[in-house]
Amino acid sequence: MKQLLTIVFLFGFQALFARTITVGPKETFTTVRSAIEAAATGDTVLVKRGIYKESNIILTKSIFLIGEEGAVLDGEDKHEILTVSGEAILIKGLTFQNSGYSSMNDYASLKLIDARYILVENNIFKHAYFSIHVANVTSSVIQNNSIAGYTKTEQTSGNGIHLWKCDDMLVKNNDIQGHRDGIYFEFVTNSVIEKNNSHNNIRYGLHFMFSNNDGYIENTFKDNGAGVAVMYSHHVLMHSNHFEHNWGSSAYGILLKEINDAQIYNNTFDENTIGILMESTNRINLVSNTFQSNGWALRIQASCSDNTVVSNSFFANTFDVATNGSLSLNLFAKNYWDKYEGYDLNRDGVGDIAYHPVSMYSMVIEQNPNAVILMRSFMVTLLDKAEKAIPSLTPENMVDESPVMKMIKR
Amino acid sequence: MLKLSKYVLYDILRNKVVLAYTAFLLVVSMSLFQMEENSSKAVLSLLNIVLIVVPLVSMVFSTIHWYNSYEFIELMLTQPVSRKKVLLSEFAGIGSSLMTAFLIGVGLPVVVYNFNATGIALIVVGCLLTLVFTAIAFLASIKSKDKARGIGAALLLWFYFALIFDGLLLLVLFSFSDYPLEKIILALSSFNPIDLGRIYLMLQMDVSALMGYTGAVYKDFFGSSAGLLYTLGIMLAWIIVPLLFAVRSFNKKDL
Repeated sequence: MKQLLTIVFLFGFQALFARTITVGPKETFTTVRSAIEAAATGDTVLVKRGIYKESNIILTKSIFLIGEEGAVLDGEDKHEILTVSGEAILIKGLTFQNSGYSSMNDYASLKLIDARYILVENNIFKHAYFSIHVANVTSSVIQNNSIAGYTKTEQTSGNGIHLWKCDDMLVKNNDIQGHRDGIYFEFVTNSVIEKNNSHNNIRYGLHFMFSNNDGYIENTFKDNGAGVAVMYSHHVLMHSNHFEHNWGSSAYGILLKEINDAQIYNNTFDENTIGILMESTNRINLVSNTFQSNGWALRIQASCSDNTVVSNSFFANTFDVATNGSLSLNLFAKNYWDKYEGYDLNRDGVGDIAYHPVSMYSMVIEQNPNAVILMRSFMVTLLDKAEKAIPSLTPENMVDESPVMKMIKR
Repeated sequence: MLKLSKYVLYDILRNKVVLAYTAFLLVVSMSLFQMEENSSKAVLSLLNIVLIVVPLVSMVFSTIHWYNSYEFIELMLTQPVSRKKVLLSEFAGIGSSLMTAFLIGVGLPVVVYNFNATGIALIVVGCLLTLVFTAIAFLASIKSKDKARGIGAALLLWFYFALIFDGLLLLVLFSFSDYPLEKIILALSSFNPIDLGRIYLMLQMDVSALMGYTGAVYKDFFGSSAGLLYTLGIMLAWIIVPLLFAVRSFNKKDL
């Protein structure tokens, strides 16, 4: 929010001395490039309806570049369309289409590089290699854009919103689809990803690496090839996101790899092959999340420690929790498990006997993946029941001592 | 032969066990579809019914019916009809009545609530399993001397196919876990019609994503039309081969 205020303040200051330069097929300026050349700091370049094929436009002045409806910048499948560098720049209402593909350069429809106080809003990106590529930018906002890639292979597609080495950024209300990774964060700090809808991307809805002290809030990640990956970061805040139907043999809601000190709460995980896959994570608080109809709700590898799983609801999952070792250094408490068969004599809402969320069969599969062939066999049900009565194979200390009886309402 | 089957059918209709079976299946499937808001999940629960109850009932009912109509069969054999004909018409009568029960009890609700490829696969597998286990029951009852042994054998066989076989499979999986087993397990599963039906149905449903690499291998096979033909072929073999053995042994049997 504070980025936006700063930007608006800067814009207002510039606008005091500004004039408007109109670009259009019938105007004085027929190309966007010539209009930008003529513009001075604080001017507005207003692009009228029309298709502008001008190869790579470079913008380094502090101006407002605003498109009317139907103002289209076309890269003819060969060029990067608009490259922006500098500060206090507004890019609004434009349609970018057909950016070029290169295996050498990360061509983007819109590239922001070495810049600050940039506002990119209400643009439409179509058929792009990279849609918005942001490098070394601070205190900028990317919001309300509609972004669609051309959905080719993982190698020949770029990312929707790609941020590299940024600080203090806000990515909000964008709709992203058909890219390799919907949103890509690498070396980005103190930034927020909010209310975006990232769906039908080839690889990850959100790909997040080496990015500390960031938050992502109220986003929806749906039908992405492999869900969301959050890796090698610390102090990440994730709440109120929806992870839906990331379904496939190597898909998951979120992959957490080497994440430390994260807060994950109020998220919903619906119909993912694996809700959360945790690898080498430490001190994560997993609170008040809902896991519904997933293959595995949680997979906590034995390399994770000091994580707490509290007040989550698990229901209609094929497996609640799976792990790959006998050691568990994580705390489970006060979760709701639909498979819990215990009782509550004193009616305080907490079950009187502990619940072991790891089923025998999930341990069997972990040791011998071929055994999935026995899924839903009568014998497997019997084995699970036997194990519940006398636990032997499943990790003893992976246990919820105080399972709640009713589903947790949020 | 048709006339004989008709008598068998009348007889079965009169003893009401099949009617109770139909009602049971109907009640269970209807209540499953009513309880689950997601009908594909109800199909998943129905899968368990089809894989456990259908074989059990088919087996036990066929065996008991065989022994109960033993006098009728003996009477028929005094007439100028071949033993093969008598046996096959008994099979046709029992098989068709059980199949009708299944079609009404499970088929009807599935058609009403969840009519898609998975639903159809469920109905087909259920019908095939009914026939398979009726055929196996015939073989078991002809091979054993008296009623108690016959029913015992039928129950044991059901136990074997529903439970013990999977245990053995698990044993094989663990003993040879260092080897690539996908193809072998596929071959082994053909030795158990329940397993074959279960794997085929599961791969029609969306759970194959849970099955990782192994699942992908099976999906490749069972998802193709070759897989469908294979499943059908093996199931038919499971009907025909026990019947053939039953006919052979019945022809030689001293009644």
